[in-house]
Formats: sequence, structure tokens, C-alpha cells
Amino acid sequence: MKKIKRVFTYIFLSIASLVSIFPFLWMLISMTNKSVDVTAGRLLPGGHLIENINKLIEQTQIGIALWNSFIIAIITTILTLLIGSLAGYGFEIYRSKGKDMIFSILILSMMIPFAAIMIPLYRLFGRISADAPFIGLDTLAAAFLPTIITAFFIFFFRQNTKMFARELVEAGRIDGLSEWGIFFRIYMPTMKTTYAAASIIAFMNSWNNYLWPLVVLQSPEKQTIPLLISNLGAGYTPDYGVIMTAIVVATLPTALVFFLMQRYFVAGMMGSVKG
Amino acid sequence: MSQSINTTSNQKKPILQRLKRNYIGWLFILLSIIGISLFYFYPMIQAFLLSLQSGMGANLDYVGFDNYVRLFNDPTFITALTNTVLYLLIQVPVMIVLALIFSVLLNDPTLKFKGFFRTAIFLPAVTSLVAYAVIFKYLFGNNGLVNDFLINLNLISSPIAWLSDPFWAKVTIIIAITWRWTGYNMIFYLSALQNVDRSMYEAARIDGASAFQQFFFITIPLLKPIILFTSIVSTIGTLQLFDEVMNITSGGPGNSTMTISMYIYNLSFEYTPDFGYAATVSYVILILVVILSFIQFKVAGDKE
Repeated sequence: MKKIKRVFTYIFLSIASLVSIFPFLWMLISMTNKSVDVTAGRLLPGGHLIENINKLIEQTQIGIALWNSFIIAIITTILTLLIGSLAGYGFEIYRSKGKDMIFSILILSMMIPFAAIMIPLYRLFGRISADAPFIGLDTLAAAFLPTIITAFFIFFFRQNTKMFARELVEAGRIDGLSEWGIFFRIYMPTMKTTYAAASIIAFMNSWNNYLWPLVVLQSPEKQTIPLLISNLGAGYTPDYGVIMTAIVVATLPTALVFFLMQRYFVAGMMGSVKG
Repeated sequence: MSQSINTTSNQKKPILQRLKRNYIGWLFILLSIIGISLFYFYPMIQAFLLSLQSGMGANLDYVGFDNYVRLFNDPTFITALTNTVLYLLIQVPVMIVLALIFSVLLNDPTLKFKGFFRTAIFLPAVTSLVAYAVIFKYLFGNNGLVNDFLINLNLISSPIAWLSDPFWAKVTIIIAITWRWTGYNMIFYLSALQNVDRSMYEAARIDGASAFQQFFFITIPLLKPIILFTSIVSTIGTLQLFDEVMNITSGGPGNSTMTISMYIYNLSFEYTPDFGYAATVSYVILILVVILSFIQFKVAGDKE
């Protein structure tokens, strides 16, 4: 009886794993096949990989889209981590009644769905466009500005700061470091793991963000990878081999981050719950 | 005399220092206060003011609560709302139960290939929503691999119109979201289970509790806080569902897979822009998020 149960468990988990992995396998296989073979449901690798890559580079703006996505993701990650950790540290180390109240109010913003504020944000950036075109509509800055300050990361860093030894702050003060010096020279190096976990979440969120860039970035030379893939996928005469190649390109960075930093990845997910 | 002056100045210094540190503390959080006020709270108020206005593009007039009345007579809105609630009611429970089952099976210390199963089932969570949505659109096409597979297994005789039939299109969306998020939720349950004392299960087994009883009377109660957390996160996520619907079915056929977020997008950027009414619809999402989170907290009986 126990053995039968075991066998069923393995069969069940194997099917679940296969279902989970299959779309990845299919996308890897399809990037080596011609469009007609992809539609015909060919499940064997073909010899058209180079051709697909060349077509992707020549017929689409993949280079520009990759560049835009990387720039946005890197700036977003740096600023998100800096601002979020400053606040998380500030709320925890310089705790006061007033700050705790502000903290609870800021946390409420996590409940606000993006769709609910998308239109006022769009109009806000529309108005900014007139005075400061470099951060107005259709600029990369507009694509990342509203995403860099989030209650989630403030909460995340505050939770993790609870594990940061306060004696280190005192030691820094005795050594004559300024309050900022303590943050930059002691806190930041000590909390490397927390920063690593946060950077993965921030990078992935930005890399995969779709709705806000769709709203705010209009010209083709400003588009990001998700916008490019969405446009290719919605085309009237799609070249499936080329689209699959583009999807692999889009998935590669996040998959790499996951496999190389699995430990931090899970730590990051958990860091958002504890407390 | 000199003694007393000395003590007062000694007491004064820490107070000044505390005040100074308190002030510096505010500087640490200043940027976040400005940012969140500017990019969350201010738009929230703006959205409310907008929801009281009507007109095309930039020509808006205050119309009171007319937009809110319009909601009840707008068939597209009612369809979008029904679809979104339907996704929520079916997809979130199915996914949470599946994730719970996976995590319980994978928590067995004698199971082999645990690492492989865990990584495989989690893998969908690393894909971008747009990328997997486009893949699913092709997989579930009329001549797609899913139909090929089902026909080859003799489970169906003719292809299912996954994307062009109103019923099956909804099913496709639900399957897609479940594929993407089950492994993600599983990881939360797995880590929580790893902190559970194994002796509890031993004791239950000795008392003759079946696997089902162990699941319902030990696992579920222990995981309650984390189940609450994941169900709130999934609820908020599903209420905002956009990327998948936009890229798999574009809301079609007809409006049969349309969601509230997609309707807001269409009202603002696809049809002749009606920002006032779009803001009204967007307030519905906010109200739903608040109500549903509140209900979930109540159901879970968690007073914190």
C-alpha cells in the first residue's frame, strides 16, 4: 500500500514537472526551427537558429529594446535599493512614535492597485512633459520613476534591519562616524545578503514590467523587451521562430539570475513575509 | 554650585544628541515619504477627483457621481467585473490547493529527486508575464500543441477552440495563471513546512490519523498565516490581471475574457479617451481590494 502511494507521488510530481518545464523546452526547440515547423508542432531541434537570430536582429529593434530594458532595470535596481534601505534603516534605527505612524501610512500604499493610479500618473507625466521633457512622457525616466519608491522595499529592509546588530551603530558612533557614515560604511557592507535578495526582486520586477511602460513609452525606439515581444506576438504575419528567439532572449537574464543566485532568490521571497 | 552645573550640562547633551539623531532619522525616510506621496497617494486623490468628471480627452467637467451610476448600466463593465471575480474565485483556490499538495509531497524527507521537482515546478515563476502569455497563446491555438496532444491521446475528437470560444478562453486564462504562479506559492509553503516540528506528525500517525487528517488538522492550521498572506497577494494580483489577458486573448472573443484592468486601459488608451470614467472603474478595483483583504482577514480570524 505504501509502495503504491509512493509510485503515485512520483508519477504526479513527474507530470507536474513536465507540465512546468514543457513551455521552456518548446521555446528552446522552436528558436531553432522555421516558422512553418513551429506551427506544424515540430518537437525536434532544427538548424535555423542562426537564421532566426539574424532575422531578429535585422527585422526587429531587439538591440534597442534590450538596451532600454537593461538601462531601466539597472537604474531602477540601484535607486530602489538605496532609497528603500535608507528608509527601512531610518524607520528601525531612529524609531519614534511619529515615524511609526508614518510607516503604517506608507505601508497602506501596498494595497493600492497599479491600475487605480495609472491614469493620474499618466496625466502627471503629461504635465511634467511641458516643463521637463527629459522626464516627461515617452522617456525612459518616466518608465522607472514611479517604480523606484515602493512600500514593499521599505518594509523589506525594515524587517531585515531588525536582525542588524544595534551595537554596531553604537560602535560606529564611538569611533566618531557620522550617522550617514554608519549607514554607508557599516550597515551596507554588513547587509550584503539582504541587498542581494532585494536586487533580484527589483531587477526582475523592472525587467518584466509591462503595463506602465506600455502606457508611458510610445515611440518604437523607446520600447522595452516586454513591449517588443507583445508587439511581435500580436503581429498579423508572425514569424514564430523569430518570436521564440526573442522570448528566449527575454527570459535568459531572469533565468540566469535565478540559477546563479537561487539562495538569495528564496531569501528575498521569504524576506517579504516574515515579521 | 559648579557641581550642579556640570550635571545639568551632562544631562543636556544626550537630549540634544537624541533630538539631532531623531532629526537625521527623518532625513533617512524623507525621500520615501515624498516618493510614495507623489506616486501613490496624490494619484489616488487625483483618481477620485477624476472619477467625478466626464468628457473626452482633456475637456473634463464635474458631473458628480454620474460616472458611478453609469457603471451599473455599462454591460462591458459588468462583464469585466464578472470575469475578474470569476478568475479570482476559481483560480486562486485551485492554485493554493495545488501548491499546498506539492509542498506537502515535497516536504517528505525520504522523497528522491526533491531538488529537481522543486526547481522544475518553481521555474515558471522566473518568466516574464508577457513572454509566457505569448507562448501560451501559441500552445493553445487551434492547431496548437495542446490540441495535437489531446487528439493524439484520443481524449477529444476535434480541436477545442481554446482561444475563440468564450468558455474555453476563460479556461485558458485560468490554466495560464495557474501554471505561472503555483510554484511561486509552493515555495512559501515549503519554507513554512520546514519549520514544523516533525514529531507532531509522528504523534498523529501513532494516534492513527490518516494522511488526509494530518493534512487538514495539522498542516493547514499551521500554515494558516502564510496561506492568508499568499491568498491576499494572489487576490490583489488577480484583481489587477492585465498582461496575460492582453497578450493571450486581447480580452476576446467579444469581451468574454476582459478584466477590469484591461477595461481601464481600453477606456483610457484604446477607445476615445474618457479618463473620468476610467478613473471611476479603477476605484472599483481599489474598493474590491480593500473589501476582499478585509474579508480574508476576518475569515482567517487574525486580529493582527
